[in-house]
Amino acid sequence: MPGPTPETLTAPLVVEFPFTRSLGPVQSAFLTGLRERTVLGVRTRDGRVLVPPVEYDPVTAEEIRDLVETAATGTVTTWAWNPAPRRGQPLATPFAWVLVRLDGADTALLHALDAPGPDAVHTGLRVRIRWAVRRTGAITDIACFEPYDSPAAPRATAHSGAFADPVTGITTSARLDYTYTPGRAQTRYLTALAGRRILGERCPACHKVHVPPRGACPTCGTPTDEQTEVGPRGTVTTFCVVNIKAKGLEIDVPYVYAHIALDGADLALHGRIAGIPYDRVRMGMRVEPVWTEGARHPDHYRPTGEPDAPYDAYKELL
Amino acid sequence: MTRDVAIVAFAQSDHRRRTPETSEAEMLLPVLRDVLDQAGLDPGTPGFTCSGSSDYLAGRPFSFTMALDSVGAWPPIAESHVETDGAWALYEAWVKLLTGEADTALVYACGKSSPGDLRAVLTRQLDPYYVAPLWPDPIALAALQTQALIDAGATDERALAGIAVRNRRAATANPHAQLQGSAPAERLLEADHLLRPLRTHDAPPISDGAAAVVLAADDTARRICPRPAWIRGIDHRIEPHGLGVRDLTDSPSTRLAAEHAGAFTAPVDTAELHAPFTAQEVVLRTALRLGDDVLVNPSGGALAANPVMATGLIRLGEAAARIHRGASDRALAHATSGPCLQQNLVAVLEGERP
Amino acid sequence: MSKEPVAVVGIGQTRHAAARHDVSIAGLVREAAVRALDDAALTWADVEAVVIGKAPDFFEGVMMPELYLADALGATGKPMLRVHTAGSVGGSTALVAASLVASRVHRTVLTLAFEKQSESNAMWGLSLPVPFQQPLLAGAGGFFAPHVRAYMRRSGAPEGIGTLVAYKDRRNALRNPYAHLHEHGITLERVRSSPMLWDPIRYSETCPSSDGACAMVLTGTAGAARAPHPPAWVHGGAMRSEPTLFAGKDFVSPRAGRDCAAEVYRQAGVTDPRREIDVVEMYVPFSWYEPMWLENLGFAAEGEGWKLTESGATEADGDLPVNPSGGVLSANPIGASGMLRFAEAALQVRGAAGERQVPGARRALGHAYGGGAQFFSMWLVADTRPTT
Repeated sequence: MPGPTPETLTAPLVVEFPFTRSLGPVQSAFLTGLRERTVLGVRTRDGRVLVPPVEYDPVTAEEIRDLVETAATGTVTTWAWNPAPRRGQPLATPFAWVLVRLDGADTALLHALDAPGPDAVHTGLRVRIRWAVRRTGAITDIACFEPYDSPAAPRATAHSGAFADPVTGITTSARLDYTYTPGRAQTRYLTALAGRRILGERCPACHKVHVPPRGACPTCGTPTDEQTEVGPRGTVTTFCVVNIKAKGLEIDVPYVYAHIALDGADLALHGRIAGIPYDRVRMGMRVEPVWTEGARHPDHYRPTGEPDAPYDAYKELL
Repeated sequence: MTRDVAIVAFAQSDHRRRTPETSEAEMLLPVLRDVLDQAGLDPGTPGFTCSGSSDYLAGRPFSFTMALDSVGAWPPIAESHVETDGAWALYEAWVKLLTGEADTALVYACGKSSPGDLRAVLTRQLDPYYVAPLWPDPIALAALQTQALIDAGATDERALAGIAVRNRRAATANPHAQLQGSAPAERLLEADHLLRPLRTHDAPPISDGAAAVVLAADDTARRICPRPAWIRGIDHRIEPHGLGVRDLTDSPSTRLAAEHAGAFTAPVDTAELHAPFTAQEVVLRTALRLGDDVLVNPSGGALAANPVMATGLIRLGEAAARIHRGASDRALAHATSGPCLQQNLVAVLEGERP
Repeated sequence: MSKEPVAVVGIGQTRHAAARHDVSIAGLVREAAVRALDDAALTWADVEAVVIGKAPDFFEGVMMPELYLADALGATGKPMLRVHTAGSVGGSTALVAASLVASRVHRTVLTLAFEKQSESNAMWGLSLPVPFQQPLLAGAGGFFAPHVRAYMRRSGAPEGIGTLVAYKDRRNALRNPYAHLHEHGITLERVRSSPMLWDPIRYSETCPSSDGACAMVLTGTAGAARAPHPPAWVHGGAMRSEPTLFAGKDFVSPRAGRDCAAEVYRQAGVTDPRREIDVVEMYVPFSWYEPMWLENLGFAAEGEGWKLTESGATEADGDLPVNPSGGVLSANPIGASGMLRFAEAALQVRGAAGERQVPGARRALGHAYGGGAQFFSMWLVADTRPTT
């Protein structure tokens, strides 16, 4: 299998956010109950008890609010042995994934089972909840299940769902790690940029020069591989003055964010204009890139001092 | 509305473990050119275009918008996108053709699975309150489903190894497949469990790939393709989300979709099933009432290549391609989405008999 | 056999707010769906299929959330289809649902679009870092502001047009109980003196970030005959897409938008939209897009859209009311925003728009767009069944 060619660019890309999830009343009661070591389910109109409790009947779509309390003991309905736990999973040591039907419930809950090994696990195994020491009102308040021999006690009792200081929301952090690869055309472009050359690609069919290039002419759907250097000078086609500071950006406001049609390119790319007071930037102004040491992209564009381009020269590029 | 719609062309990339040298648009481009060439259409000329993909595979919002660069969407085109497997894009395009608003449609799917950690990515499909915080990955969920089948006496580890062997050996005839050929079942069973009861052979490979089909209606289809694969019926159904609510040994949504697609009115000779895990083929065969005389997954199926978000569309394409070349007269194609076969699509394709 | 006429017989939307802390994601979509079913006097069992749309999944951090939402939307055992066409998705989703009815694949379809942006942060969701690229230099408005400047240069529009639109839409929103923003006591002066964020776009001229959902029940002739309230009939509907960035792209008046409108008018037999259409719900995330879209959609000649706005024609009591609901400027649950335009258009021709009703509205245009002004979807609805 061909591996990445030496010149292929790759970089890590982390997508991470602490999602804040507001809860409906049933979810709120269930998760608050876990905090209080109480397992709640919901009873459907036809008398089935669903644990974990959902807000809407999976069969009839009816809203269900009839809360009941079930036991913290139950029976494994199916299982799988996980020898290599992954990030975020309930246990760091090998464990069994299990679906557990708690006593009094008609449906099963997915969680982890702490057991010495796969030979200690079987469908029908009796288990009980091992509560987390620190509980906040989340599914992880169940640390895991553990084997526990006890007679099944199949009954659910009515519960108001009322608790002091109910949990109304959860924060679930999610981090995903990606490896980003920009592809052939972008790699060529980025590699040239590192040498302070701006490379576009010409479409063999319509002869337009696109920059940054993406390997295909977006209008013709034709592969492009003829590189052509554009710029470095160009014309400001339009712009805005940015007055609010973007998070994580070091630039002082106000500054000018402009669309710049580089000489030889058939569309504008985006860049910052500096070296001139922000309120003197104009459409049609001629600019050139300014590079800083070690940066791949131009830091900004500055006026060349040439006369402004007439509107007719760039109006098709707006 | 009485309009007959057929799959008239199918193309796919070679499926590989990783493709760092190509962007999604670059991966799609040759596939789109291939399928349009087969159909004798120029870029941008199909009456409708619809694609399937997921932002979560690339880790980028609006990832599908860049793929449009490969389509030739100028002048502007009638175009839509589904955030799921391309099989559902085909469904949307089929509906569009039925309305009479278009005579041809380009359907494509981009399945570049390698940028992320797919096992982690797919956990984000699960109930965000009760399940996703535990990060149960698709292999774990398939293992739970498999154990349920074993407990029910529907299969055993040896039979599952046999399914893996059959699919991957069939893939030796598929030049696009990622995994071709297999050691005998006895050897496979000597390996350690990946996630008991699953071994590596029970799980699909992680694949990058793309696929595209062209649909056409009535005489347009006949003009484009000597033997169109007529869509006699297509339907899809979804089940409740909670794994503990469902009977994991059965697939009622597949059965329902098959009924609505007319799959049971006459026997099929071929079935392309979207079963990423060996045990899921067992579930699907039962739900679809496929006998031993039906050729299942001559392409090697999802066990031979699994470009997520394109795998289902490829099943439709592979089934159609067999009809195109006269190797099948009536084929069933199936696609799935969601954890443990939550959502299923079934299409019945037929070639005209001479 | 011709297509089945498509009728909108049920419409529901949530109360939109910056954060709907009182509901889960399922609870949010459910609120809109139940209202739509109630409006149509139908139950879950009457719905044959569900078509759902939303913008990027990263907003809620749930991949393909329709899988989890199947139960809440009564979709189990039914077909459920998920559409994603960026900002135009609410409109596209409705059109896909309409096609299911028009093709007679299904008789009655529930369509729904939502966004619960408070689960994350819209700016985060829209601007995930991309390695090797320069960080987004300007924020969301910075993407649109240069195009607004280009429009001003091209059309010669005076500076104050954008504030007129914002002032109008925010006042309209006061008559819309579902709107996110209710700025009581708003004055033109206050809009004008709001901070200039991305010159030429002021803070008051930008859309909020909202949680919200919108749902509609679509059906055919037989379903419409059983509906308790007058339906809105779909007379035309189309989607058009063009690439993101390309040589020849007109960001001020994208051809995909013009072509999409032309196709909708062709289907509906509209030759003079300015005269024949009574009310428009268009996707205006930044106020200046009203005059830009007026031109793009054929209500004004090129360079003349701002004059229509300036004349007061687009006011709620003007002769071409635009966004009597308050529009995207007053509520923006991104994935739902397009469907809200479609639904508000339908409410108008049903005479069911409450205090925001445009008297005598018989034909209305719903408009949505997204991506880099590259995806468009529109429909034209009317109070009478289409004849062809």
